[in-house]
Amino acid sequence: MKHLIEAFNLIAIAAAIILPLLKVKWKGIATVTAISVQVALASIVSISVFTGSLVEYSYVGSYITGAIPIRVDYLSAWFILVISFTFLTGAFFGMQYMKQYKDQTANLSLHAIAYLLAYTTLIDICIVQNGLAFLIVWEIMALSSFIIIIFEHTKKDVLKAGINFLIQSHICILFLTLSFMWVKIKTGTFDFTGITTYSSQVPILISVGLFIFFFFGFAIKAGFVPFHTWLPLAHPAAPAHVSGVMSGVIIKIGIYGILRIILLIKTDFIAIGYFILIISVISGLYGVMLAIIQHNLKKLLAYHSIENIGIIGMGIGLGCLGIGYNNQPLIFLGFGGALLHTLNHSLFKSLLFFTSGNVYRYVHSLNIDSLGGLIRKLPRTAILFLIGSLAICGLPPFNGFISEFLIYIGMFKSITGLGFSVTVLMMFAILGLVLIGGLAMICFTKAFSIVFLGTPRHISLEEVHNEEKSSVTPLYPIVFFILVIGLIPSLFLNVISLPISQYAGAMPINTEIITDYGKTLSLIGLYAAILIAFVILVYLVRRSINKNTIQSVNETWGCGYVGPTNKVQYTASSYIRTYRKLVQPIFKIRKFKTDALGIFPNKAHHETHPYDKIEEWLIDKPLGLIRRFLSHFTFLQNGNVQAYILYGFIFITLIVLIPEIYEKFLLLIKFLNQL
Amino acid sequence: MISLLLIIVASLFFTGIIIRTKSIASGRKGPGVFQPMKDIFRLFRKGAVYSKTTSIIFQIAPSFYFASILMAILAVPLGNYPGLISFQGDFILFAYLLAFGKFFMIISALDTGSSFEGMGASRESLFSMLAEPAFFIVMGSFALLTGQTSFHAIFSTLHYGSNISYMLGILATFVFGIIALIENSRMPIDDPKTHLELTMIHEVMILDNSGFDLGLILHATNLKFAMYGAIISNFFIGDLPLMYTIPIFLAVQVGFAIAIGIFESFIARFRMGHNPQFVFILTSVALLIFFGVLLLLQRFV
Repeated sequence: MKHLIEAFNLIAIAAAIILPLLKVKWKGIATVTAISVQVALASIVSISVFTGSLVEYSYVGSYITGAIPIRVDYLSAWFILVISFTFLTGAFFGMQYMKQYKDQTANLSLHAIAYLLAYTTLIDICIVQNGLAFLIVWEIMALSSFIIIIFEHTKKDVLKAGINFLIQSHICILFLTLSFMWVKIKTGTFDFTGITTYSSQVPILISVGLFIFFFFGFAIKAGFVPFHTWLPLAHPAAPAHVSGVMSGVIIKIGIYGILRIILLIKTDFIAIGYFILIISVISGLYGVMLAIIQHNLKKLLAYHSIENIGIIGMGIGLGCLGIGYNNQPLIFLGFGGALLHTLNHSLFKSLLFFTSGNVYRYVHSLNIDSLGGLIRKLPRTAILFLIGSLAICGLPPFNGFISEFLIYIGMFKSITGLGFSVTVLMMFAILGLVLIGGLAMICFTKAFSIVFLGTPRHISLEEVHNEEKSSVTPLYPIVFFILVIGLIPSLFLNVISLPISQYAGAMPINTEIITDYGKTLSLIGLYAAILIAFVILVYLVRRSINKNTIQSVNETWGCGYVGPTNKVQYTASSYIRTYRKLVQPIFKIRKFKTDALGIFPNKAHHETHPYDKIEEWLIDKPLGLIRRFLSHFTFLQNGNVQAYILYGFIFITLIVLIPEIYEKFLLLIKFLNQL
Repeated sequence: MISLLLIIVASLFFTGIIIRTKSIASGRKGPGVFQPMKDIFRLFRKGAVYSKTTSIIFQIAPSFYFASILMAILAVPLGNYPGLISFQGDFILFAYLLAFGKFFMIISALDTGSSFEGMGASRESLFSMLAEPAFFIVMGSFALLTGQTSFHAIFSTLHYGSNISYMLGILATFVFGIIALIENSRMPIDDPKTHLELTMIHEVMILDNSGFDLGLILHATNLKFAMYGAIISNFFIGDLPLMYTIPIFLAVQVGFAIAIGIFESFIARFRMGHNPQFVFILTSVALLIFFGVLLLLQRFV
């Protein structure tokens, strides 16, 4: 196994050297080949872990890092599989998608290398168990994600979003660095086991504090509210396959981190459970509520990532409560729901981003209100987007329902028997999850039907290029898995029961619980299949009856008005108008409009700009204050090289002098004391 | 199985009774109880006109809608007899199946490119989203009360001991009754009997459907009514033997239909802007049930 993992890393390095030398035509193929080999290696490692042999070995490391242990347990293996699948489909889709940029040779090779590096480091993050090595790999991951996001760096918006991402991911690294240093100072080791030993020795308040430090770091990456502000900016800026991969798996590495820390830390899990559950319900609701009012298709999907991270977080919170109350079914349902939803979300969200990438590729616009009727030109993309939408709303017979069901049933089960406050908390969480489901439905009926159905709104269908079959082929495997999880969920339950068992501690999860819920899930799978059968049956009856009757085609019924134009259609904004009015007090929505007045009316005009209040309070206002404060010091930046050398000199002198002065100061105090 | 048959039987006359009640209340002779069913059968035999704008989605959506409701009905039990679908958490599947059908109706309405239907779709999605929490809170409260998590187990262990629990039963009946009205877009949310374009939600969404599709959608509405009637009747059945449950079931269905008929005869439709508030009332009543259960179990600390 050690050699496989080393070979895995070497392939990335070799590819990084070779890729710039290749011709454009071969770059894509080379990248896809390299990724495929890497995915094969990673899958062999994780499958062998699942079949029984955990991988554990150690590099000697250096004086600073200490030994670098590599451990691949069930949790790592699960995440490796999830990440690998999305990166593989992303690479195949990306090869098609990047054809439109084939004249930017150098940029393409940089992009391909960064893509490979991002994949490699994500896998390494899952297996490295030394704090410092972890941070280094994490940093490479953050930088390479930054490079793949800013592919279109000539656009100002893209670069701005990229820099925003870069800064926020470094705040995340700052939190992680501080937490690892905290443990290192107290225990003298960077090994992850140090976290366990340290947290079991200190009072509970301190260990909860340590957890919260780690949580903040990982939450920025995962996009929990209020740390989500980079997400809706970065996703629309990146090319489609990168958005898919980023939303599908890169943000999931934050979830991995949280799950890993929960596995390591010894603390009060009930308090942590409450904390995660509440923050997740808020994230879920906030994400989806803002998603509905977005006008950009990719931005809408990005806000949905926040929502789904919330749902995963609810599962994690439930699981933590399960550990805290030593309630095995709850551990199983909570972490099971979270782990399965991680996979599910990576599937349907990458599908949605890839299909919206196709929309951008053929239409060159992502503004929902100017699209319409695309199902005529892009039929396959439309159907795939529909499947993704149904799955993300958590509707049967698709995969989203399965993981949401596990979380639901966990909440309903724990509503009794765990005390008053848990009952109320669960009611709150159920309410949250139900509202998330309902709101997601508004959001995706809007996104799907305004973009793909009806008649074109601003961009006529003649401007749209014809869909190439090859641009959707990489997406079929994703749909296959979405359906398999929806129809045969018990298959996956056996796999995730292994990582879940790690959370149960010394006592293994009762096999009865697993078989019990396995049965329930296979029943759901069966009913999902019956639902599909019913639909087909009704449709066949309809077809056979309609054969004998007269079918005709005419204008849409307009109450006797027979000159319908696409301008009278409902738009995305009008579809959500009532909703927007309901939530207006919570969100900041800037609205500009001029009414059509007079006998010869002027041009009417109406626009809304949704704005995130948390972003305003947490990012924009403090930044404004800092900028105002720092503007007092602009005289320092005078463009004079001599002055800059002077600053450098002063800085070095201070560095040397301060310890000296400090020592003298101590001496003085000592002297005064003696007096 | 027995509940499925009974619901199908009840769906045959449910809307007929509502219409009959309304006509008697307004002093008209009115059509027979089975007239709506006859209309539906007539529609089944008719040809259809499709809009130029529509795509495959418009063609398949009614089948999806009808199948999802049939599937949801399978989950409804009758007293001691579980539905064909019965497992822990089956009511979650029930709610999501209904949502599945609704999703397709909404996108098929938007497929026509008509502003009327877009308006209806917009309201349908919003109101059903607002009504959904009430269903889950009621089910959660009864799960808390009985310690069970499936329709059948909850209803068959629901015993009416004290006065508060009777109150809970009545409140739950109220909540489910109103949910049925919202889901089927009846008064006071919407008036299905006004001229088509003036109807605001459900009827306006299906302006462009005709022939077999329209028949399917109309009968799906009947089934939905009977389904909610069946759930309500379950609050009164408990674990009685079959010879009592069937008459109770039919009596509840007829009573529910007459109640809707009388209600609709004497009330006007709300202004659309007031509807969200009305739907929110439902959630607060459901929360009342939750607190009632907590009171009953003496779980307040």
